[in-house]
Amino acid sequence: MLEISNLTMAYATKRGNVKAVNGVNLSLGKGEILGLVGESGCGKSATLLTLLGLVPYPGKVINGSIKFQGEDLLEKKPAEMRKIRGKDIAMIFQDPMTTLNPVFKVGEQIRESMRVHGFMETKEGNWWQRREKNKINETERVLQLMREVGISSPERRYFEYPHQFSGGMQQRAIIAIALACSAKLLLADEPTTALDVTIQAQILELLAQINQERETAIILVTHNLGMAAEFCHKIAVMYAGEIVEQGPTDEVMENPKHPYTQGLLRSIPKIGKVRQKIEPIPGTVPDLALLDETCPFYPRCNQANEACSRQRYSLRDIGAGHLVKCAIYG
Amino acid sequence: MFGVVVLVFVFMRFTPGDPVDLMMGKAGNVTQEQIDALRAQFNLDAPIYVQLYDYLKDAVHGDLGDSFKEQRPVTELINQTMPATIELSVMAVLFALVIAIPIGVYSAVKQNSLIDRLSMGVSFLGVSMPAFWLGILLILIFSVKLGIAPPQGRIGNGTGLVHVTGFYILDSLITGNWAALKSSLSHLILPGVTLGATMAAIVARVMRSSMLEVLCQDYVVLARAKGLREFTVIAKHALRNGLIPAVTVVGMEIGALLGGNMIVETVFGWPGLGRLAVNAIFNRDYPLVQGVVMFYAFVFVMANLIVDVLYTFINPKITI
Repeated sequence: MLEISNLTMAYATKRGNVKAVNGVNLSLGKGEILGLVGESGCGKSATLLTLLGLVPYPGKVINGSIKFQGEDLLEKKPAEMRKIRGKDIAMIFQDPMTTLNPVFKVGEQIRESMRVHGFMETKEGNWWQRREKNKINETERVLQLMREVGISSPERRYFEYPHQFSGGMQQRAIIAIALACSAKLLLADEPTTALDVTIQAQILELLAQINQERETAIILVTHNLGMAAEFCHKIAVMYAGEIVEQGPTDEVMENPKHPYTQGLLRSIPKIGKVRQKIEPIPGTVPDLALLDETCPFYPRCNQANEACSRQRYSLRDIGAGHLVKCAIYG
Repeated sequence: MFGVVVLVFVFMRFTPGDPVDLMMGKAGNVTQEQIDALRAQFNLDAPIYVQLYDYLKDAVHGDLGDSFKEQRPVTELINQTMPATIELSVMAVLFALVIAIPIGVYSAVKQNSLIDRLSMGVSFLGVSMPAFWLGILLILIFSVKLGIAPPQGRIGNGTGLVHVTGFYILDSLITGNWAALKSSLSHLILPGVTLGATMAAIVARVMRSSMLEVLCQDYVVLARAKGLREFTVIAKHALRNGLIPAVTVVGMEIGALLGGNMIVETVFGWPGLGRLAVNAIFNRDYPLVQGVVMFYAFVFVMANLIVDVLYTFINPKITI
């Protein structure tokens, strides 16, 4: 359904092109959940925004293609892209408190997303009758959606403003917006980061339920490997705008190959172990403007050898759909 | 309001210059008796606290006294000049908003573009330019050089306008007198622009900065992610939020607008409250000054009340 190949997006800055997304290859089938994992600033959110055609200024796609249902999104005109956005591909954002518009009623914000795409449009009657009929159909669907995502007494909450909703309820409303036109692909950008732990579990459960009932494909961006392991069918680990390891969840979690993935797994505390040592990965994400032709993880890598500083390696299949980009594996 | 009345009352009487002296002149042909009689008539011979008491007693009954100079009730004079001032102020506010909001929004959307830099430069000029100077400049350019707008007054001669409400625009619309409408509108333009210029400049800047902030918000990205047109994203989702600070500023600027009225009305010979007040001050016409200032205070309070009510409409977090 979705086939991203060699996607490169860069911000034009005074110091040159900063590649926030660098040669990313991803594929996603119907009803699949892909986890995109990595530290802050490694290009996860930038990848999602590029998918939607909402690259923030001064970013620009300089290479690659995004095939969605057989068509290349990068070749679409802005008006064509608008018809896909919110209808076929919808996005769920990180911080629900700032994502709903504070001055509009929640119900209207959900209804708006189906109105733009004429999702519930009827063809009978004159324009006034159509208008009224559309409004009734849309409102009905909004109430139904609100019930589905777990907002209680939707008849009342339809008319409430975002500040009258709790964080978890706001995120449910945003999910309802994303579901309004029965999107085929959901982009979830750290949908639980701003919520507390019990609510996080509820939201994830809701997303899993949506995935199963509607066969909606989901790309889940997260920095929480544990969450990705529990929830996703496939995992892609990103570092400095590149995918360094990719594969089926079980394979990647049980048999991590890239030193960065191994480091990420070591830095998660394990329940049940007394006085364990959490091992952080030393150093920080490199400055993307200063990347050269060597492995971007080389300065922080504990397994680096002399070959790493000389050349860069491409993703290599090591069996069972498990891809790694590291000198150790050639 | 009460505080304003008392303050103005006391300060007027402490101002050097005496209304009776001014009226009689310093010529020798008036007798002391005549002066004393006039003082008694104006109640100026009583101690100041008695004067204040008498004034307040009448004021609560709606009687603001008679003007010393015109010998007519102050309320009548205010009623007569009020429509002219309101017409001018509404014109000024309309001009300011119609100009400033689109400019502010456009400058924010096209930040650092040529138009952004240009309009912010002009608005900087607008903030720093005194109204009387701008007024004279506009008269010189549009009336004297180009001759396309009249420099003085409210309406041309011989339009035969029938007075119904005192608002000339409204009157000419009601009576269908198009010549009068054209004439009164053309008289309104220059003073309206002069009076609204400062407000326009300030509102444009506030609008720009608040829109810049709003445009980076997550809900704007969500609006785009919904597949809305860029125009809808800005005109609906961003503008409603960006307007909140602008409304605050408009509310505060109304005070400045009332002060600006006096200057602009004097420059353009506009027969409104502002000019009435200025003349009253020069004539030491105590009751008239008090009445006008009281009216100004009332308008200021009402304007801020309206702004507060407007708030509840654009910002749902605020309820009455």
